[in-house]
Amino acid sequence: MALLQISEPGLSTAPHQHRLAAGIDLGTTHSLVATVRSGEPQVLEDELGHALLPSAVRYCSDEAPHVGYSALNMQDKDPTNTIVSVKRLMGRVLADVNEAAELPYALLDAPGMVRLATVSGDKSPVEVSAEILKALRERAEKSMGGELTGVVITVPAYFDDAQRQATKDAAKLAGLHVLRLINEPTAAAIAYGLDQAAEGTFAVYDLGGGTFDFSLLKLSRGVFEVLATSGNGHLGGDDFDQRVYGWILQHANIAAPTAGDMRTLLVAARRAKELLSKQDSAPIQAVLSDGTAVDLTLEYSTFDTLTADLLQKTLISCRKALKDAALAVEDLNGVVLVGGATRMRTLRREVTQFFGRQPLTNLDPDKVVALGASIQANILAGNRGADDLLLLDVTPLSLGIETMGGLTEKIIPRNTTLPVTRAQDFTTFKDGQTAMSIHVLQGERELVGDCRSLGRFELRGIPPMVAGAARIRITFQVDADGLLSVTAREQSTGVETQIVVKPSYGLGDDEIARMLQESYQLAEADKHARMLQEAITEARRLLESVKAAMDTDADLLDDAEQVEINAFMQHLFNAMAAGGTDDIKKHMDALNNGTRDFASRRMNRSISQALTGQTVDSIAA
Amino acid sequence: MIDFSATHLQLFGLPQQYGIDLNVLESRYRELQTKAHPDRFAGEDETQIRLAEQWSGRINEAYRVLKSPFERGCYLLTLQGIEPFGQNQPAMPPDFLMQQMQWHEQLAEARSKADKLMQLEQSVERHKKSLLTDLSGTVDSSAEQAALILRKLKFLFRLEEQVGEALEALE
Ligand SMILES: Nc1ncnc2c1ncn2[C@@H]1O[C@H](COP(=O)(O)OP(=O)(O)OP(=O)(O)O)[C@@H](O)[C@H]1O
Ligand SMILES: [Mg+2]
Repeated sequence: MALLQISEPGLSTAPHQHRLAAGIDLGTTHSLVATVRSGEPQVLEDELGHALLPSAVRYCSDEAPHVGYSALNMQDKDPTNTIVSVKRLMGRVLADVNEAAELPYALLDAPGMVRLATVSGDKSPVEVSAEILKALRERAEKSMGGELTGVVITVPAYFDDAQRQATKDAAKLAGLHVLRLINEPTAAAIAYGLDQAAEGTFAVYDLGGGTFDFSLLKLSRGVFEVLATSGNGHLGGDDFDQRVYGWILQHANIAAPTAGDMRTLLVAARRAKELLSKQDSAPIQAVLSDGTAVDLTLEYSTFDTLTADLLQKTLISCRKALKDAALAVEDLNGVVLVGGATRMRTLRREVTQFFGRQPLTNLDPDKVVALGASIQANILAGNRGADDLLLLDVTPLSLGIETMGGLTEKIIPRNTTLPVTRAQDFTTFKDGQTAMSIHVLQGERELVGDCRSLGRFELRGIPPMVAGAARIRITFQVDADGLLSVTAREQSTGVETQIVVKPSYGLGDDEIARMLQESYQLAEADKHARMLQEAITEARRLLESVKAAMDTDADLLDDAEQVEINAFMQHLFNAMAAGGTDDIKKHMDALNNGTRDFASRRMNRSISQALTGQTVDSIAA
Repeated sequence: MIDFSATHLQLFGLPQQYGIDLNVLESRYRELQTKAHPDRFAGEDETQIRLAEQWSGRINEAYRVLKSPFERGCYLLTLQGIEPFGQNQPAMPPDFLMQQMQWHEQLAEARSKADKLMQLEQSVERHKKSLLTDLSGTVDSSAEQAALILRKLKFLFRLEEQVGEALEALE
C-alpha cells in the first residue's frame, strides 16, 4: 500500500544525514574535544596544533574572557582573575571546599554553589566551565564545518548529582546539546577496548588533576558492562602539588605568601613533581613578590614520603570496587592507567604491587577519555553502524530516602545497572496521618546529614488510618541518563504524587535562559527561529523512524491501524510545512501516542527474536 | 512471543528451576540488552525509547535476581507461594541461634584488630559457601528446608557487612 502520499526531499528514501557529534573531556587541568571521522575517533586540534586546552579562564575588565594557554600564562600575574581547576568547585558550596584557604581566588558563599569574585563580576563555576566548553565548541564547529547536533561530556564516575547537574548546566550555557554524560573511566575503556579489540574484565585507574576514579568493566562481544565504580571527587595531581607546596613553605621559611606567590610556588611544585617522574631529584627555584629567592632541591624519596597516604587512599577505593563486584585482583585481565598523574613513578610502583601486574599504558593517557566519549557521541547522535557497542552503566552512589531518626534507607544501592526501577513499601507512624514527607538522598552514609539531599516532596490525601496500616509504595526510577524520578503511591486509594528529582542547586530553566540571554544577547526572533528549526528537525527524525518501523514491521498492524498511523504522519507533515512550533509539537505527541501499541508489539517481537537467535546459537555451540 | 509479565526465567528462556547455566544466563542477558536498551533507539521516537527503558530495566532486574544464588533461591520460593522471610516461618533452630551469639561475641572482641576481623570474615565466608551448596540441593525439592537456609544466609550477609564496616573503620 502507499504508505505516504507526502514527499519531502530526503525524508523517506535517502539514508539519514550524518549528524555532527563530539566527545568532550572537561578536565580539571586540561580539556579536549574529539569526533569520529570516517569511522575513526580523533582528537581535534587548535590552529597551532594543540590537542589539549588548559582548563583556565581569565576574566578581564573590558574584553571577553581568555581561555586556554593565554589565560594560563597570566596566572601568576593575575591570580585572582585567572581561574584554574574550576572543576573542583562544580556543584559545591563553600563549606564543601576543604582547600579554600589554598586557592588564590576570592570565593564567595552563595546558596547552592560557591561563586568567584572577578573583575568582570561574580562568576559561578558553571559559568567558568561554560567558557571552556564554548572554546571547545568553536574549535569543533570550525574543524567540522557545521553546527554540532550533540555532545557527550565525560565526568568523574564519582561525581554526585549536584556535580553532574552543574556540568549539564554549563553545557546548556555554552549552547551545547548533551546527549549523555558518561563516566571518564568508562570512556577510557571504550576507546581502549575498541582499539585493542579486548575481551575480558578490566580495571581502569584514572588519576587526573583533581579527581580519582576507578572502574571495573567487562567487555564482551560489543557490550561494555560496568561492574563497579568507586573513587574520590577530591583527590588528584593537584593534591600532590599541595603537599610539595607545603614542604616548600616550611623549608624556605615562608610565612605569608601573597596570592601571586601562591600561584608561583604551586606552579614550581607541580613542575618538580612532574620532573620526579623522570629523575631522582628536582630543583625548585622561584622569586617571590618581595624579592626573596627560593632555591631548594626535592628528592624522590622525600616526595614519596610526603605523598604516600594519597596513593594509599586511591588503593582503598580500588579495594571497595573489587569487593562490590565480588572480584579478586587475579580475576582481572588487565589494568589500564588513565590521567596525567598516573605518570608518577611512585604511583606505578604502588599500582603494580597492588594488582600484582604491570599496568597497561599503551594509549595516550591524555587523549583516551575524549576519544571514548566521541565514539559514544557518534552512536547516541544516531549515526549507528552494525557493529555498535552497547554501554551498560551503573549508579555511582546509592539512592534512598530519609526514615525515622534521621537515618537513610537505601532503595537503589550503588553500582546497580541502569536503567532501573525499584520500589519499597513504607507506612505511617501516627494515627490518622494524612500526609507523608519524602526526602530523597544520595550517598553511602547512614546518617541523613552525611548524604547529599536531592529534594523533598510530599504525598497528601492519605486516608486516615491507625499508625502502620497505610501502605505507601515509593518507587525510584533511574533512566539510562542517570536521571532519577520518584513516585509515591498510597496502595488502597491510589493517591499518587511524583517528581523528577532535579537537585535544588541545579540552575532553573529560567536562570539558564537569563544567562543565555546575557551572554548571547539573543534576539527574540532568533530564538523563535531556532526553536522552530529544532522542532522541525525532531519531527523529521520522528517521521523517519516511524517510516522505518512501518517498512520492517508493517505485518504487526492491521489495515485500519496502518491507515490511522499514516493519517497521524500526514498531519505532522502538514504542520511542518505550515511552520508553527506549537502545532508541530502537538502533532508529534499525537503520532507518538498513536504508535504506542505498535512500538510495544515491535519490542516484544525483537525480544523474542533475541531469545530464539540465542537458543540456536547455544545449541550449535 | 515473550511478554512483560513472563517470569524472570522465561524472559531468559531458561527452565523454571534453581539449577541454571550461568554462562547461558550471561550471554542471553547481553543478547537481550543488545535488543532492548534505550541507546539502541537513540534518535527515535519517545514512545519507543520509553518502552525500551521499561524493558531494559525489566531485563536488568531479572538478571540481578537470577545471577545471585541467594536472590534466585528467594525468587523461586516466592513463585511457589512461599515467603522465606514472611511472618509465619518457624523459629530458627536453637543451634543456629547459639552460633549467632558466638559470632557476635567474636565480632565484639575483634573490633579493633584487623587480623581477628579477617579471620572472622573467612569463617563467615566458609559458612556461606557451605550453605549455598546446601541451597542448590533443596530449592527445587524441599522448599521448607530451602527457606531455612535462606534465612540463615541472610543473617550471614548482615554479619559480613558488619565485619566489613569494622574493617573499613580501621583503614
Ligand atoms: N610527567 C608527569 N608526572 C607527574 N604528574 C604529571 C605528569 N604529567 C602530568 N601530570 C599531572 O597530571 C595532572 C593532570 O592530569 P590530566 O590532564 O589527566 O587531568 P584532567 O583530566 O585535567 O583532570 P581530571 O580528570 O581530574 O578532571 C596534573 O596534576 C599534572 O601535574
Ligand atoms: Mg581527566
